[in-house]
Amino acid sequence: MNELNKAHEEYEDFSSYPDSGTESATRTVVVPGEIIASGEDLLPGEGTRRDGNDVIASRFGLAEKVGRVVKIISISGAFVPRRNNVVIGRVSDIVHSGWIIDIDYAQNGFLPLMESPRFINKHEMDQFLAIGDMVSAKVWSVSPKSIDLAMKGKGLGKLEGGFTFRVNPSSVPRVIGREGSMINLIKENTGCNVTIGQNGWVWIKGQDLDNEIKARKAIEFIAEKFHVSGLTEKMEEWFAKNK
Amino acid sequence: MVVFKRLDGRKSEEMRPITAKVGIIPNADGSAMFSFGKTIAIAAVYGPRLLHPQHMQDPQSAVLRVNYDLLSFSVSDRKKPGPSRRSQEISKVTSWALTPALDLKEFPNTVVDVQIYILQADASTRVAGINAASMALAHAGIPMKNLVCAVAIGKLDKELVVDVDKNEEDFKEGEAATDFPIAKLANSNSYTLLQMDGNIQPNVVSKAIALADKACEKIYEVQKKALKEVVESQ
Repeated sequence: MNELNKAHEEYEDFSSYPDSGTESATRTVVVPGEIIASGEDLLPGEGTRRDGNDVIASRFGLAEKVGRVVKIISISGAFVPRRNNVVIGRVSDIVHSGWIIDIDYAQNGFLPLMESPRFINKHEMDQFLAIGDMVSAKVWSVSPKSIDLAMKGKGLGKLEGGFTFRVNPSSVPRVIGREGSMINLIKENTGCNVTIGQNGWVWIKGQDLDNEIKARKAIEFIAEKFHVSGLTEKMEEWFAKNK
Repeated sequence: MVVFKRLDGRKSEEMRPITAKVGIIPNADGSAMFSFGKTIAIAAVYGPRLLHPQHMQDPQSAVLRVNYDLLSFSVSDRKKPGPSRRSQEISKVTSWALTPALDLKEFPNTVVDVQIYILQADASTRVAGINAASMALAHAGIPMKNLVCAVAIGKLDKELVVDVDKNEEDFKEGEAATDFPIAKLANSNSYTLLQMDGNIQPNVVSKAIALADKACEKIYEVQKKALKEVVESQ
């Protein structure tokens, strides 16, 4: 296991992904306005609201009951940043106190100057990150005013070499797989370094272009067919076929 | 009482066959198709995303921007493509019909774009568009109070009918045809669209609304089923 795997495990709560808990039978698909459960002692969590005795869905997704808390796991739609998400973004501007990062959301992310791993002269900020550079970063805080990013951590930082491409953000959990099983499978079979941002951007860097392309094809295959169950086994077959 | 016979043989409370499908446009954040018989509407939702020009931004919530378009091939006489007075009006009333169902406070300064295209028009296009848009918004994960269901009630001479088609819209006998599109929040008494084109007596309006309530219950079930199917097929 390389550092990036560890980074994924540290930052992401895999237990909250739709595919990771196939055993739990308490997950049901709900549409907005649907009553999920009734009871005075239930606590409405993310994506739900209380109306009298009922807990009602405010959005489309998988409803889950953990103890007394009822919440909705989102399964579709645009990427909305949350604290601790790993994202891959592009430097779109340099301002006096940091970098503006385009993270594929309505608001740009802000990476403060303090996040650079070494001392940087304010007048030479493009020595470290220039406009157009790609970075992987962690969402530190989300507020209506700004989305602050952090870059201190394993697997985070400027992305040098390799290439980036985009998949549908809602298929990212499947590409990572349960406890990172899918992404590890791809890494083992191609020998590439792979970082996946929750915003759907993927960065691949390997020994040679052939392996990089293979890794990309594998990820795109999963992103397209993310509705198939037992995908890890399918991918093992896929790699056996595409040796 | 003589049972009123409609031009296509439907009963007065009978809708045309309804079909709905979610997730039809891969590049959109949410998408859906809805059809009443030959009327087919598709809707795509993009966002929340950055809103430009900046002066349109609302610092307290996202802005809903709806665009309704009757495609040039959707009618038998080719329609001149592009925006028209009619399409602008329908875009506006659709946006008003959907806004009360949405909770956009989470996304200040952004826009949620809804594109509605009518692929095939056989009357009731605005209500088909609203039904499709409501499913597409849910599919895009936009927080909502409830789905929006819409249906057009018609009055042919003195007879109320549910889900008007083109032949009925052109009905000329007696008091002629009245088109009465209605949209409401599902399972509630909140109406978000009430339009009327023609003549109708005040005491008939409540009957028309009661018919719409019944039809909307059926439409809601179809919408709900389509949304759930998109996950189960995954």
